[in-house]
Amino acid sequence: MLAKRIIPCLDVDNGRVVKGVNFVQLKDAGDPVELAKFYYQEGADELVFLDITASSDNRKTMIEVVKKVAQELFIPFTVGGGIRSVQDIKGILLAGADKVAVNTAAIKTPQLISEGARMFGNQCIVVAIDAKKNRRKWEVYINGGRTPTGIGVLDWAQQVAKLGAGEILLTSMDRDGTKKGFDINLTKVISESVAIPVIASGGAGTKEDFMAVLKEGKADAALAASLFHFGEFSISEVKEYLIDNKIEVRK
Amino acid sequence: MITIIDYGLGNLGSVKNALDKLGINSLISKSTTDIEKADGLIFPGVGAAGEGMKNITREKLDKIIKQEVSKGKPILGICLGMQLFMSRSEEGNVNCLNIVEGLVQKFMTQLKVPQIGWNTVQIEKDAKLFVDIPQNSYFYFVHSYYCLPTNKVAIGKTTYETQFCSALQKDNIYGVQFHPEKSGSSGLQLLKNFTKIVYENNTSN
Repeated sequence: MLAKRIIPCLDVDNGRVVKGVNFVQLKDAGDPVELAKFYYQEGADELVFLDITASSDNRKTMIEVVKKVAQELFIPFTVGGGIRSVQDIKGILLAGADKVAVNTAAIKTPQLISEGARMFGNQCIVVAIDAKKNRRKWEVYINGGRTPTGIGVLDWAQQVAKLGAGEILLTSMDRDGTKKGFDINLTKVISESVAIPVIASGGAGTKEDFMAVLKEGKADAALAASLFHFGEFSISEVKEYLIDNKIEVRK
Repeated sequence: MITIIDYGLGNLGSVKNALDKLGINSLISKSTTDIEKADGLIFPGVGAAGEGMKNITREKLDKIIKQEVSKGKPILGICLGMQLFMSRSEEGNVNCLNIVEGLVQKFMTQLKVPQIGWNTVQIEKDAKLFVDIPQNSYFYFVHSYYCLPTNKVAIGKTTYETQFCSALQKDNIYGVQFHPEKSGSSGLQLLKNFTKIVYENNTSN
């Protein structure tokens, strides 16, 4: 049976991993390659690198990071953040990433999804959707969650699936950083209305949260950042808990 | 030396990175000489069968691959590469290399397609490609189509609603539907095993 995936996410600023990563085992906690290998040994099924570099001059640094990671990491990894064109997608994939995540640019130019999928295959186009609940409706936000679009999350999810996205990375902005658990309702609604895998993100705080989103939320994968970085519990602990609760994960 | 055949599709760098990591000498190329002088071949690929076959025939790689395979040179097809070994693919309705008899079909399932992620492989006993890899190990899959060989060539089987052939061997032809270069330590072991087969083959000749 296909296993549910646990995916740590790393923020990279100008070639260095940021956000208080602090493991005693690591010589250099800011080195993306060292952290990637650490998470791989911990049992991560994939990795996501989010490039948060503000200046576009420094974006070339990310390509170098991707090349180095690809030489040392033998599980799939996705790169997101600031990808605006087919050229950007090509650059990241040629450097050795398996997938790219597009967000703001996909809303502005939906053809980026179809064009990217046509040129490089659906499997490497991940559409990241930042969702926030306004009254009764989930709305898509862009520009790192700063700008509302007026577009409904369900409509957008179905549209990106039709355009050829291979996966959806769905982040609940309401839950992100709260540790109150994933938004089960949101994840379930989206996962059940598209035929492509959904990666749930935002709000993980306990091992039970992972079980809830993978089981009731029908997510295909669950992503977390700070939880793993601060070592509150490890990926292998989450996986042991899931196995004990009869959820199929890779051992 | 192992030649990774370049036909303009797919993640060739990843396979090369994995072999480099294992200290295995390899080269990415589409030249006849590099394919002829190689001890073994890897035939990777991500993408569509139609596009793949178009590139292969344009570069006249079909003839040279068939020629080398008929000499007994070990070849490992990965993902689309394995599918292109078959007689015909439903994807774009194209004739493939036909060095392993059978068809390539699309998943007919209520489950999500493509199948993306880690799934287990039920390994056939004594399969050389899986030496030192535990039964039901997880490998990384990304595909919408799968091989349906006519003969009993499956050495690995995987279930995605229905059971399908996820690894095959017909004499010196090996194929895997998953990506060993993205399957962590089990995948690296498989590439190591293939390399061993390549060099054993070389000494016995």
